[in-house]
Amino acid sequence: MSKMWTAALVIAVIFGAATGRGRETGLAAFEGAGAAVKVILETGGLICLWSGVMELLRRSGVTAGLSRLLKPVLGRLFPRASRDGATMDALCSNVSANLLGLGNAATPMGIKAALGMARLTDTPGTASRELCLLVVLNTASIQLLPTTAAALRAGAGAASPFDILPAVWLSSAASVTVGLTACALFSRLARR
Amino acid sequence: MSAAADMAAAVIIAAAALWGALRGTDVFGAMLDGIREGFSTLLRILPSLIALLTAVYMLRASGALEALTGLLAPVLELLGIPPETAPLMLLRPVSGSGALAVASELISSCGPDSTVGRTAAVMLGSTETTFYVIAVYFGAAKIKNTRWAVPAALLADLTGFVASALCVRLFFGG
Repeated sequence: MSKMWTAALVIAVIFGAATGRGRETGLAAFEGAGAAVKVILETGGLICLWSGVMELLRRSGVTAGLSRLLKPVLGRLFPRASRDGATMDALCSNVSANLLGLGNAATPMGIKAALGMARLTDTPGTASRELCLLVVLNTASIQLLPTTAAALRAGAGAASPFDILPAVWLSSAASVTVGLTACALFSRLARR
Repeated sequence: MSAAADMAAAVIIAAAALWGALRGTDVFGAMLDGIREGFSTLLRILPSLIALLTAVYMLRASGALEALTGLLAPVLELLGIPPETAPLMLLRPVSGSGALAVASELISSCGPDSTVGRTAAVMLGSTETTFYVIAVYFGAAKIKNTRWAVPAALLADLTGFVASALCVRLFFGG
């Protein structure tokens, strides 16, 4: 991160000087910091509010219910993990927390599931087919309500911040489908 | 559609509160704890957002972002992706706060209801910080050979980006 940030600043200064936009670049150095605080102020309220709603859903058992609903589907995708109760529970909680956008709750559950899957394999140090699937599932966003993106739009004065919902769902679905298909394809190729 | 989507937020909040109350959950306490958690997340990302947005604004003013956009434009236009989103796509898999910084700049400078602004928001909402997730999960499970996880995850990200641009055009025209 340090290298990337330093490189970005150096590139900006050199590029600005070379293209005769040194003055603008210099002035811009004073704009970013204020813009960051403005973004947080404009979107902060909404992000906090939704974080509250999601915590409420978790405590009133909605996450657990969703987790139970997901079990049969996930059992098909993860036949090996489904035979291990604790790993399967962690996996279902991870996916349902991800669907609700509870990032802070999803990660520990996902790690628990990953540890369980790593224990179930007979080749330590090498990712099993199911562990790859779990990781790809977590790198693709399956969040049902993209609250941060909507909050950014609301902060910038969008007419209808959540009108991107169908587009986000369709894009997420396409991305997850391709991720899962790629996993299945690669694992078949690897077996050969 | 738009009216229903606007109404949805209010309905979800009210339904969540009602469901919680019927289940005997301490509704207000849960809300406050969640809000507190959201607030601490915001405080955690603010420092990196200040540093990163400074870099983004400098890059934008120097013309470097434009140059990068121009360089990638032929390929992106072929895929139907607005070239302005190139920096967002490059940062998204690597840095969550970096992507947030670039997306917020795009949304405010191009407008939240513009094609570029909408595409940036959909991209942000339909992808994750891929390399961070990979590092956390494989690191925890002590995996050295990650096999096909990285290419499969990146392929999913690429699909998400192309689909975002396609969906925005499909639903909003432009």
